[in-house]
Amino acid sequence: MHEERYNRQLILKDFGPEAQQKLTDAKVLVVGAGGLGVPVLTYLNAMGVGTLGVVDNDVVALSNLHRQVLYNESDVGMLKVKAAIRALSSQNKTTRFHGYETFLAKENALEIIADYDLVIDATDNFPTRYLINDACVLLKKPFVYGALHGFEGQVSVFNYQDGPTYRCLYPTMPKADEVPNCNEHGVLGIIPGIVGNFQALEAVKVLTGVGQVLSGRLLLYNGLDAVFQKIKFSQNPENKLRTELETNYDFECEVPIQSIAPADFLVLNETTQLQIIDVRTLAEYEVGHLENSLHIPLANLSSRTAEIDQHVPAYFLCQSGVRSQKAIVLLQELMPTSQFIDISGGMNKLQVVIR
Amino acid sequence: MEVLLFGIAKDIVGQTLYSLGDSVDGPNSVLELKQHMVQQFPEFGKLSSLAIAVNSEYAADDVSLKQGDEIAIIPPVSGG
Repeated sequence: MHEERYNRQLILKDFGPEAQQKLTDAKVLVVGAGGLGVPVLTYLNAMGVGTLGVVDNDVVALSNLHRQVLYNESDVGMLKVKAAIRALSSQNKTTRFHGYETFLAKENALEIIADYDLVIDATDNFPTRYLINDACVLLKKPFVYGALHGFEGQVSVFNYQDGPTYRCLYPTMPKADEVPNCNEHGVLGIIPGIVGNFQALEAVKVLTGVGQVLSGRLLLYNGLDAVFQKIKFSQNPENKLRTELETNYDFECEVPIQSIAPADFLVLNETTQLQIIDVRTLAEYEVGHLENSLHIPLANLSSRTAEIDQHVPAYFLCQSGVRSQKAIVLLQELMPTSQFIDISGGMNKLQVVIR
Repeated sequence: MEVLLFGIAKDIVGQTLYSLGDSVDGPNSVLELKQHMVQQFPEFGKLSSLAIAVNSEYAADDVSLKQGDEIAIIPPVSGG
């Protein structure tokens, strides 16, 4: 431990050398290196958490920089895990970093999480949030949850000792078209910064035993009114009895969605004239798009179905692969006889393959 | 009775506070409140997980509502 470096924490009443040592010994896994993950990683690294794992498979986009303040303009196009660990290493060279250039999935979640004391849910989608919950219940690991919507944020610590889980608050995963994410809904840069910093603070409390952990309480923050509220909730014991992961964490669809891997799609796109529908927002589309794609934002899709040629397969594209699935779910109802194919992982994956 | 709205619930109603009025035939339980919201705003019907808090405590469908209760609708949020 570096006495000078952590001096202000070492002299802090109710914290001190014992708590600092616990941070040094701790291994924390941060799932997602985006709006929430960046503040969590930055502060846990600065405060002296000894081992940090980072899971992400996105690349840094120009539209990330207003909120993901660890990244620079020169990082655009680079894998977030690489850019984050490079920046964090120069911030604190004593930290041990483990980068996982993958998205957390059913196949790797238990293996990755098993090595850590605490998990931070800094993701941006429901399937991964439910996967983290279930994996942490199975492995008996606490996790710090943070999520946001517009100017509002939610924070809680789940599965902490005998405390409740994410499923005690929200038992079933929402369907694909229920709740929008930041890419569609927009977000003010500082809001994930505030929510992520609360997550980092809760992580310190869990690791050191200092203070009251936000377990069994959901913290709600409204940035527009500067109002905080805490909602008390209790455990549903059934949610602790899980013996295995769910068989599937994809958005539930009545009709299965056909998909194509990014590399296969690029090969096909070289040789064939494809109908490609890009469902991202205009702002995202203008930053960069495939030349032969038709732009119909998800929000306008149901009123613009006439523009889609129903006699040839339509390939759906978005930024990360979530909205393209939502689009297909929506269209399968409106155009039941047409063939729709999801380009897995969206532009993020295509950019990785192209590089 | 007034209901505080969060997340997508606020977007559906278009405001942060929704008034149930003072009528005696208003919703008497959390379940009736959910049904009332679906009736007034059909988009609530497609939300599969909806947390309701009464007086800052998570409330199951059978919890009864009375005048003066602080009610909040807190849908799940996924952004990060």
